[in-house]
Amino acid sequence: MDQLYQHLLNGLLLGATYSLLGIGLTLVFGLMHVVNFAHGEFYTLGAYALFAALAGASVDFFLAIPLAVVLGAAAGALCERVLLRPLRGESIDTVMLVMIGVWIAMQNAELLGWGGVAKSVPTPFSTRPVVLGSVSVSPLRLFVFGVSGFLILGAHLLLARTKLGRAMRATFQDRETAALMGVSIERVHTITFAFGAGLAAAAGALLGPVFLLYPSMGDLASLKAFSVVILGGLGNFVGAALGGLVLGVAEELGAGYISSGYRDAVGFLIIVAVLLLRPSGLFARAERVG
Amino acid sequence: MTVALEVSGLSVRFGGVAALSDVSFAVRAGTVTSLIGPNGAGKTTAFNAITGFQRPTAGRVRHEGVAITGWRPHRIAERGLVRTFQKTSVFPGLTVMDNVLTGLHLTGGVGLGSALFRRGRVGDEERRLGELARRGLEFVGLAGRSGERASALAYGDQRLLELAVALAAGPRLLLLDEPASGMTTSEKETVAGLISRIRARGLTVFLVEHDMRLVMGMSDRVLVLNEGRLIADGSAEDVQRHPDVIQAYLGARARAEA
Amino acid sequence: MKRLGLLVLLGGAAAAAPAWVWNPYHLHTLIMAGIFAVLALSLNLLLGYTGQLSLGHAAFFGIGAYATGLLTVKLEWSPWLGLGASIAVPGATGWAIGRLALKLRGAYFVLLTISFAGVASLVSVNWMDLTNGPLGLPGVPAIEIALPGLPALSLRAKGAYYYLVLAAVTLCYLVCAALIRSRIGRALIALRENETLAESVGINGTHYLVLAATLSAAMAGLGGGLYAHYTRFVSPEVFLFSYTVTMVIMVVAGGKGTLAGPIVGAVIFTVLPEALRAIASWQWQMLLYGMLLIAVLFFLPRGIVPALQERVK
Repeated sequence: MDQLYQHLLNGLLLGATYSLLGIGLTLVFGLMHVVNFAHGEFYTLGAYALFAALAGASVDFFLAIPLAVVLGAAAGALCERVLLRPLRGESIDTVMLVMIGVWIAMQNAELLGWGGVAKSVPTPFSTRPVVLGSVSVSPLRLFVFGVSGFLILGAHLLLARTKLGRAMRATFQDRETAALMGVSIERVHTITFAFGAGLAAAAGALLGPVFLLYPSMGDLASLKAFSVVILGGLGNFVGAALGGLVLGVAEELGAGYISSGYRDAVGFLIIVAVLLLRPSGLFARAERVG
Repeated sequence: MTVALEVSGLSVRFGGVAALSDVSFAVRAGTVTSLIGPNGAGKTTAFNAITGFQRPTAGRVRHEGVAITGWRPHRIAERGLVRTFQKTSVFPGLTVMDNVLTGLHLTGGVGLGSALFRRGRVGDEERRLGELARRGLEFVGLAGRSGERASALAYGDQRLLELAVALAAGPRLLLLDEPASGMTTSEKETVAGLISRIRARGLTVFLVEHDMRLVMGMSDRVLVLNEGRLIADGSAEDVQRHPDVIQAYLGARARAEA
Repeated sequence: MKRLGLLVLLGGAAAAAPAWVWNPYHLHTLIMAGIFAVLALSLNLLLGYTGQLSLGHAAFFGIGAYATGLLTVKLEWSPWLGLGASIAVPGATGWAIGRLALKLRGAYFVLLTISFAGVASLVSVNWMDLTNGPLGLPGVPAIEIALPGLPALSLRAKGAYYYLVLAAVTLCYLVCAALIRSRIGRALIALRENETLAESVGINGTHYLVLAATLSAAMAGLGGGLYAHYTRFVSPEVFLFSYTVTMVIMVVAGGKGTLAGPIVGAVIFTVLPEALRAIASWQWQMLLYGMLLIAVLFFLPRGIVPALQERVK
């Protein structure tokens, strides 16, 4: 029974970062209709940015994380401005293929820049686990959970309470009206994409120290992000937040009770199960009549 | 007089909104029947529910006596019930000729086996279909444009192409969703003429239209929908004088002007 | 007439390749190009004609390789039967996925295919009893032609294997061409152009998509079988995403929706890496591929072959 609680706890702690990943993607995929297969690469970018700041520039750990997030957001803004804006009217497939190109290019750039050997990130936290009754948890994971929760809350507040958030919601609900009301559609698109990329980078910077860094770490992150988005529903913020937790718990339970080798299969299986069993079917290119 | 289409108790609900409520009517074979009503009355929803693009929440649809409620669109087309769409719908990247050849799909019979191993049969079929396609294009007046890309055609010609594609599928019952919308007067007359000739060939035509002159001029029967309910069903003259119909249109206009 | 002459010339050069390609390594490159041509043609059936993108096509390639690998190594089946299995097993899998994924389109279909490939990859690594895991299956037998009364002709030599691959490419091309230039091809293209309209004139979307998925998977499986009997070794490496990526680039850059595009793409993107091998590591190549994909989508959106066809007009 204690084992169960431990798994559940681990799952929730991990799941919070999956929520971060998923929220970033649900905004981009759900609202902008961009199939961002490079989402995981912004995650990787955040992780390596953290590593570079710590190892290269000896920046303080607690400063390096926001730095990584900002870098991720900036990269996202650049990507949107240079690649996505010119393709605005194109079919969703063309954009999807372009993002696949970005995925390949970014990952191999990481590989060339950092080499294929996995790196570990030093943290200021003690490795001695904190014991809470029958479960134990490492201080690092608690920190990661805390920051994830904080960022999720912040993202929610930004979307729900600020003028920018209102502009974003308006643009994606009714573009023409939003434009008539003076919203700069172009800027909203750039900011939304940057926001998504920034959240992914945050997830990377947070999970980087927990696991190891290697150039293809983004592949699984992308898949898990899509898994969360599909679970929670496209464009659904709360759905993504909850979906991330579900995925985290499912992974921990799967790794604990079935086999750790198949851990990553959980994300895939969720995607397959949800896509195949959803009753009314899903049309990404909705050509529904009437 | 046989009944080509019979709709009983048809209802379609979207969440809390009833787009169609308990609609019942019959369309007699060989006639031109029109479905009119203010915007948002549920006309296209009715088309969608009849042709399999929308699952009805309740009710039944029978085509020539056979229940087709909830069937998938391609099965309904196989039975000889074909529809066009409110928004111009063609195969944009294909030529005019290829558009109609695609419409002739049901007339063809080549399957995987023949495609791979009996090229002779494929050749024969392509020749036969090509001839049928040419005749179809002549009927709507697009014979000279067969090599052009569909997306390059002018709006009016695209709608004619749409009609040719639908006819190519060999329907006995043709459902036209606003075939004349956005057309010039002379284009509308062309369409009216085509519909007459289609009826003369023995097809049943069921159409949604906003142009009253067109509707009253060629319909044997007119059905009126308002806010999802059928409020009148009769000849053109009867419907024009029907108080509920007048009220519905006046009411709709008043709402629009408010 | 000029076009026919060009084709005859190319065909003749291809048929006589083992004679004038002296360097066995270059012949190896051509064999790989042929295998990739089969893969690219298979992906094109789905992407170019139905418009659905499968990013898990390496899975069918891998399943085909493992099907023949397992049957010929563990059960000592004849390699020809193994090749048959490398077509049938992925084909059946493709059929099953097509039927299950009835209503999925666009990005959702892509995600399903990626997930399927991911699971296949994990199974090949973790199910040691079946697949030997990361160690792989060595000793896959070479293909032999054994006609009664004649001595067995082994296709172990590169020259001989080249002809097998060339035959396979020709066969696949002819199958695709036969399919496309018929009512079936029109139905597939109609589904890509306007699915709702296609349904309204009686085209059964599910039936044709499943057909395309099955044939596409079977063809990719054939590529896997050819690969297995050429390298004579099968490992989880066949499920590498980079194979899928390479296939996608070959089809998109070569020209999706054309018959020659995938073949041209396959040749270019097999020969190019070999030519660049001396100068750049494969990471640089992959980086270049990513940027090339983006560039092609921006500047030559329909691919190289259609762009050339426009020029000729």
